[in-house]
Amino acid sequence: MPDFNPNSTFLFLLATIVILFVFAQAGFFLARSWRRAKALGLDTGMLRKVVFSSAVFTIAPAVSILLGVITLSKFLGLPLPWLRLSVVGALTYELPAASTAAAALGASIAETVTDPKVYTNIAWVMTLGIIPGVFYLPFLLPRIQGGLGKLQAKDKKWGELFIQAMFLGMISAFLGVVFARIGEGAAGWVPVLVMLVSIFLMLICGLLVKKLHIKWLEDFALPICMLGAMAASIPLTQLLTSQGGL
Amino acid sequence: MRTYDQTTHFSGRIWMLSAGVLMLMVPVAICVYYNAWPGLLPVLKGLLGVAPIFWTVGFIEILTYGPMLGSGGSYLGFVTGNLTNLKVPCALNAVQASGLKPGSEEAELVSTIAVAVSSIITTLIIILGVVMLSRLQPIIQSPLLAPAFANILPALFGALAVVFVSKNWKLAIGPIVFMVGLFMLVPALASSVGILVPVGSLLSIGLARIMYKRNWI
Repeated sequence: MPDFNPNSTFLFLLATIVILFVFAQAGFFLARSWRRAKALGLDTGMLRKVVFSSAVFTIAPAVSILLGVITLSKFLGLPLPWLRLSVVGALTYELPAASTAAAALGASIAETVTDPKVYTNIAWVMTLGIIPGVFYLPFLLPRIQGGLGKLQAKDKKWGELFIQAMFLGMISAFLGVVFARIGEGAAGWVPVLVMLVSIFLMLICGLLVKKLHIKWLEDFALPICMLGAMAASIPLTQLLTSQGGL
Repeated sequence: MRTYDQTTHFSGRIWMLSAGVLMLMVPVAICVYYNAWPGLLPVLKGLLGVAPIFWTVGFIEILTYGPMLGSGGSYLGFVTGNLTNLKVPCALNAVQASGLKPGSEEAELVSTIAVAVSSIITTLIIILGVVMLSRLQPIIQSPLLAPAFANILPALFGALAVVFVSKNWKLAIGPIVFMVGLFMLVPALASSVGILVPVGSLLSIGLARIMYKRNWI
């Protein structure tokens, strides 16, 4: 039996196989939808803009995911967190899953896992905890979309309002959660102020697009506002945490 | 002959089920290679702590994000993960910027392209980060940048809210006031925001229905 090492070549090999699968699937759907979009007469320039703006938009959240990989790598080595955060996972799920799995064998994730049984237990719990979604989707999605299609066919205006209301419901939950920490004093207001900066920047972008007709900004407004608000969070945090309380 | 949508579901199912099997094979391969099987009980004990919540959230996410991402985007996004903080906003932004009608086939194609590009870029950035870990770690883990990464969601959803609220502010008021009030009164719910997304959507749809029936919107 080989000696266990959470950064072994074997584990990196496993991670590589899974990551190649992700590339293959993304490539398949990208090529397929691109061909179909062209067949439906969608403009190539518009599609290229979608590719470019999506790529730019992805950079900051992807670096945040990389931070998650680094955080987990302290306990689990690099391959498992890399693999788990590239397929289905998210740090908000993987960290509690790793903690409870380690605790089930009386171990802790305060230091690097050296016992292969603890490691495999963590790998199983991380996988089984998240995998049902992969099996639910193929059965649920056609039914959901069938229902939505019928709704839109029956009453077009209500169908459009239904989709808008659904988006707004999701956005309202994430706007609401920004206010969850305001009871903690000045530091708890940082997320609220960051959100307000983001809103302000988006309003400016909207004005520039509408009044000055800077069309290219339309595609990059969201990443610009997100990065601008993230940058603003640095002085805001320094200012509000140094005050200790409002 | 199958329609494009039917072939999307057909190939999507194959990819999803293959992803599921591949994911399951990873812990099997590690157990076999190191001859280290943890036993059923520790796995169940570990699962007990996370499965009830995450199996429910997984179900809810499909109901909520499935219609937003469309078929292709869902089959891909649910495999590559990080839906809330990346794939869903990325797809919504792409559809919005391209000026297509949400729910149309064209919008679904744009959404799928956005999710695919986002998945590829995320994977490339993580590969780059892993390869250059020793050089990048001091920068991205510096205390100076920590607030920026801690505030990604407010930075993202603030701007996204302007886009969607400006489309129909009457629809937006009810759910936003309710959610802000709820999280201010019960801050502990912040850790369950995933479960509250469909609550927000149901409330929003319910209020929209009332306003629509009364011709307010």
